[in-house]
Amino acid sequence: MTFYGIVFYLLAILLLVSTALAVSRTRLMHAVVYLIISFFATALLFYLLGAPFLAGLEVIIYAGAIMVMFLFMIMTLKMEERERRAGSLFRPWVFPIVFGTISLVLLSALVWVGPGHGLPLNLAMASPLDFGAYIFRELWFPVEVVSLLLFVALAGALYLGRGKNRRKRPSVSTEKTS
Amino acid sequence: MIVPYGHIFVLAGIVFLMGAGCAMARRNLIMILIGVEIMLNAAGIAFVAASLRWGAMAGQGFVLFIMAVAASEVAVGLALIIYVSRRTGTVNADEYHVLKG
Repeated sequence: MTFYGIVFYLLAILLLVSTALAVSRTRLMHAVVYLIISFFATALLFYLLGAPFLAGLEVIIYAGAIMVMFLFMIMTLKMEERERRAGSLFRPWVFPIVFGTISLVLLSALVWVGPGHGLPLNLAMASPLDFGAYIFRELWFPVEVVSLLLFVALAGALYLGRGKNRRKRPSVSTEKTS
Repeated sequence: MIVPYGHIFVLAGIVFLMGAGCAMARRNLIMILIGVEIMLNAAGIAFVAASLRWGAMAGQGFVLFIMAVAASEVAVGLALIIYVSRRTGTVNADEYHVLKG
């Protein structure tokens, strides 16, 4: 096994353990912190697989922006410290684990009988310059569509998140003056 | 030389199934959103691995768009969570039973 293989398996273990911890924590804050570790491991995996620009974006967008939004949400919303459940702690996990195991066995079997399952991948690196040139030369239309999507998401979030007391403010000020 | 493509693909599959299980089993709306995020992340891993496997840049381009979709999805999702928690005072998915479904 080469050096890169060892790095890959260590990263895989880190990714699986931190994701499993994030999924199973009952305290939301701990779940989000473990998820940040999981996203850092994913960023390193991206770098190992030859996508340094995407590794940077993974840290900036996922571990930075999205997780900060989750943290703010958890800190501002009033909610129970621990999740309330109808039955026991493990009962809701039974069916996901059963179906997940079946899917995983089928996936592994398909990968195992598929062509070229034993061939190690060659190391390659797509420089950010090549990546940007590819994006804006071949995929310029999806980039425009994504910019529209981000604008629609911004408008939707602003619309849904606007406060209820927007209309009350003038009445409060008139009460003060009167 | 790294590892065979199948190993990376199975790793992405395991992470995806963890996210799916999180979205299925947890009853907190924020944990359900986190499960969706984990699933999108796992799809990104599979895309980058496939991009290296076939030497095509399209897989990495796809991951860029997955990130944009994830960001907008989480923005709208969290705004919706704030909205429903203001209206009902809870973020527990089991307590939304106005329609008696």
